[in-house]
Amino acid sequence: MNAPYEAVALERLPEPSVERAAEVNFAYLDERTKRMIRRAILKAVAIPGYQVPFGSREMPLPYGWGTGGIQVTASVIGPDDTLKVIDQGSDDTVNAVNIRRFFQRTTGVATTTRTVEATLIQTRHRIPEIPLVEGQVLVYQVPMPEPMQRLEPRETETRTLHGLAEYGLMHVKLYEDIARYGHIATTYDYPVLVNGRYVMAPSPIPKFDNPKMHMNPALQLFGAGREKRIYAVPPYTSVESLGFEDHPFEVQRWDAACALCGATDSFLDEVITDDAGARMHVCSDSDYCQSRQPAAGEEA
Amino acid sequence: MYVAVKGGETAILNSYRLLADQRRGDPTQPELGVAQIREQLKLAVDRVMTEGSVYDPELAALAIKQASGDLVEAIFLLRAYRATLPRLGTTCALDTARMALERRISATFKDLPGGQVLGPTYDYTQRLLDFTLLASGAPVVSGDAVAAGSAQPEATPRVVDLLNQEGLIETRPVPPGDPAPVDLTREPLRFPADRATRLQNLARGDEGFLLAMAYSTQRGYANSHPFVGEIRLGQVAVEIVPEELGFVISIGDMELTECEMVNQFAGSKTEPPQFTRGYGLAFGHSERKAMAMSLVDRALRADELGEAVLSPAQMPEFVLAHSDSLEASGFVQHLKLPHYVDFQAELELVRKMRAVAATHHTPTEEAAA
Repeated sequence: MNAPYEAVALERLPEPSVERAAEVNFAYLDERTKRMIRRAILKAVAIPGYQVPFGSREMPLPYGWGTGGIQVTASVIGPDDTLKVIDQGSDDTVNAVNIRRFFQRTTGVATTTRTVEATLIQTRHRIPEIPLVEGQVLVYQVPMPEPMQRLEPRETETRTLHGLAEYGLMHVKLYEDIARYGHIATTYDYPVLVNGRYVMAPSPIPKFDNPKMHMNPALQLFGAGREKRIYAVPPYTSVESLGFEDHPFEVQRWDAACALCGATDSFLDEVITDDAGARMHVCSDSDYCQSRQPAAGEEA
Repeated sequence: MYVAVKGGETAILNSYRLLADQRRGDPTQPELGVAQIREQLKLAVDRVMTEGSVYDPELAALAIKQASGDLVEAIFLLRAYRATLPRLGTTCALDTARMALERRISATFKDLPGGQVLGPTYDYTQRLLDFTLLASGAPVVSGDAVAAGSAQPEATPRVVDLLNQEGLIETRPVPPGDPAPVDLTREPLRFPADRATRLQNLARGDEGFLLAMAYSTQRGYANSHPFVGEIRLGQVAVEIVPEELGFVISIGDMELTECEMVNQFAGSKTEPPQFTRGYGLAFGHSERKAMAMSLVDRALRADELGEAVLSPAQMPEFVLAHSDSLEASGFVQHLKLPHYVDFQAELELVRKMRAVAATHHTPTEEAAA
């Protein structure tokens, strides 16, 4: 068992305030790098779902922790933007806090936790429950941009398959799931067909979120820093989750409602509440949940 | 009762302070200076410079201090610093034949022009803990060494060039037009990757990974019969031709370790039997890295030389996509990030699959499983 923790760590710090650091360029990246990334983004928007290679830089945060999303955000953010950063649906998880702090320090832009107020939202693993609107930009952090990587690890091969729109491999995988389990055993990062052409990894969002991508009025940008790829779904683009006529795509459902706000239409996380394994369900999207709790608006 | 997860920012700020305390250690001990690290932990500094792709011993030493001696973390710090630096120009190709040698050994010839120079090496130390260092005493061996480079000729020909005179070793002529190599720090790695690109990747690659890959080629996971043609360590002039001057000027020296590995090659339809080459180059004194790099470089040429590609070390996508310590460390450690949502999705799936399984099996079967 661990020794009791000394109080050093718990000493109250003043309310954290973040000031714009003057010694780095706006949004950290130099303007030439931003231009290179913007060119990749423009190409990605022009060819929805196509993975554009780009000269991903070593960022001051580790690969695998959102460097692709950070570089995309850094390239599109302007002084008038209002930024929201979420991780697993929540604004308050440490990685979301860390990335938000990074942009506060390097841009000084306004930040928010409210989906409706944000012009730019960087996300890991969720799409907000409140529908996005025209003019908003959703930036996804992507660990594995290649949807077929687990089936064919060689990039030279998958590139050819995309070029030929040869997606039999993926359909066979989904079919084998049905043959073995009676249903498709993919629950997140569920492959989608974008604009009727490219099969795309939606990043590890739960498949619950997949339908939100379809014909979304917002611009959806995907950044994979470690794998050095950018791709995009422009506003009002068709995004179809793969399935079969007799085994259509379907999303997760819960028998429970959110214990805090009573929502039955949101993605719920299970929280274990005692040693006996008692559980409760709460919304994964913390902004959605709080906005539905009229009296509980104040900080807990 | 569930409390919404709040206070991440305060936790992060507290972790910075705890980390600073951990780095400093016992405050009654004198603090380690960056200059001490630079001078007394040279081999660590050299590794950080090599994999960090920045030749700057002072910044590498700073990174090591800041990272509490975690070299992969130090490499990360140096790379992140490097990413924002402008690229001012391109140097001339380094001429390692004109290296001021501190060490030069060949395993293929007993003696050769320029001679064998053992130089500083742990190779023939007997690995006994030297307790005089613990007692802060003078090292066991004292007295001034004879400076190796004192009586050297202007240039020492490379062993591979000597073999070349007999036509026994492949030649690698400069391709027509001498095209500028891809800069992997500016452009993404694409496959198939040419040799210049592969060598850049290996030079930045994690020493431990390359060592294991190289080792695998010696244990049957690739067809390799390597000999150390030559390892040399020393100072090389870095030269540029400024556009406005039009002639070569030296802007300083850098210490390098170079390894030329010589491999047997049985010949192919177009090439007679001859020796082939694997190449390794690292900043500072980094022999293990340079040797491993040269073995992996040679193994990655299997396709080009018409050899069967059967082993991981011969597969460019396997080696090059996994060699970078930043990419590997970042992605492995990202598993520490919350995955509540993904896990929740999997939890639902496993419950669903168990429910289906329970309706198909008798309870005894399930207990056995």
